[in-house]
Amino acid sequence: LTLMPMAADAEVSNDAAKWIEKFTGGRQPAKGKISLDLPEIAENGNTVPLSINIESPMTADSHVKDVLIVADGNPNAGVATLSFTPLSGKAEASIRIRLASTQNVVAIAKMSDGSLFTEQKTVKVTIGGCGG
Amino acid sequence: MADKPRIKLPKEAAKGEVIQIKTLVSHVMESGQRKDAQGKAIPRKIINKFACEFNGKPVFACALEPAISANPYIQFDARIDEAGTFKFSWTDDDGTVITAEEKIALKA
Repeated sequence: LTLMPMAADAEVSNDAAKWIEKFTGGRQPAKGKISLDLPEIAENGNTVPLSINIESPMTADSHVKDVLIVADGNPNAGVATLSFTPLSGKAEASIRIRLASTQNVVAIAKMSDGSLFTEQKTVKVTIGGCGG
Repeated sequence: MADKPRIKLPKEAAKGEVIQIKTLVSHVMESGQRKDAQGKAIPRKIINKFACEFNGKPVFACALEPAISANPYIQFDARIDEAGTFKFSWTDDDGTVITAEEKIALKA
């Protein structure tokens, strides 16, 4: 594999805003409820562990429905959309993601009552995972 | 198609217990961003959807984008109210669906 040259501190504008707009319907999410766990420095952008945990009783009346994860410095901002149900028991998940360069990873959670919460983390990437 | 997906979950759980489920499926997750030796773009081919059901009811699902690493690992939880069967499915861009099943019993 050869690596494509990429800016070290990329503030690449991709379609992150569009993904967020579509998910939130333009409403402003509040800070809180989400704990988003990513390494501060990722040596290998091809596989960066991401864990998310959202505070919620996960009952039929009050649970987390969908969680959008976007990365603002990848060629395409979309990473994943997680869909929970009360049967999930906990609003908790782990995945492994690709990050092309140093950038922000943003999570937005939509609750069963329609409220929105957000959290974000900056990950410094040593070797990009956009690889060509 | 590649190897069988690997799934890790307990064999039994107490009623109401929340268990952790770990899944891993072999897949290249070709992002569509890479170029081959001739400089031609390699077309995207990824698993774009994962879903888990328990006794026919949705537990957890995930829409995946090319930013998901190769051999996608997905870990999530499930609340066990009764004994039954988990059904897992991974849907490829080309329409193929990889499926797997796991049973869980209630602790006596």
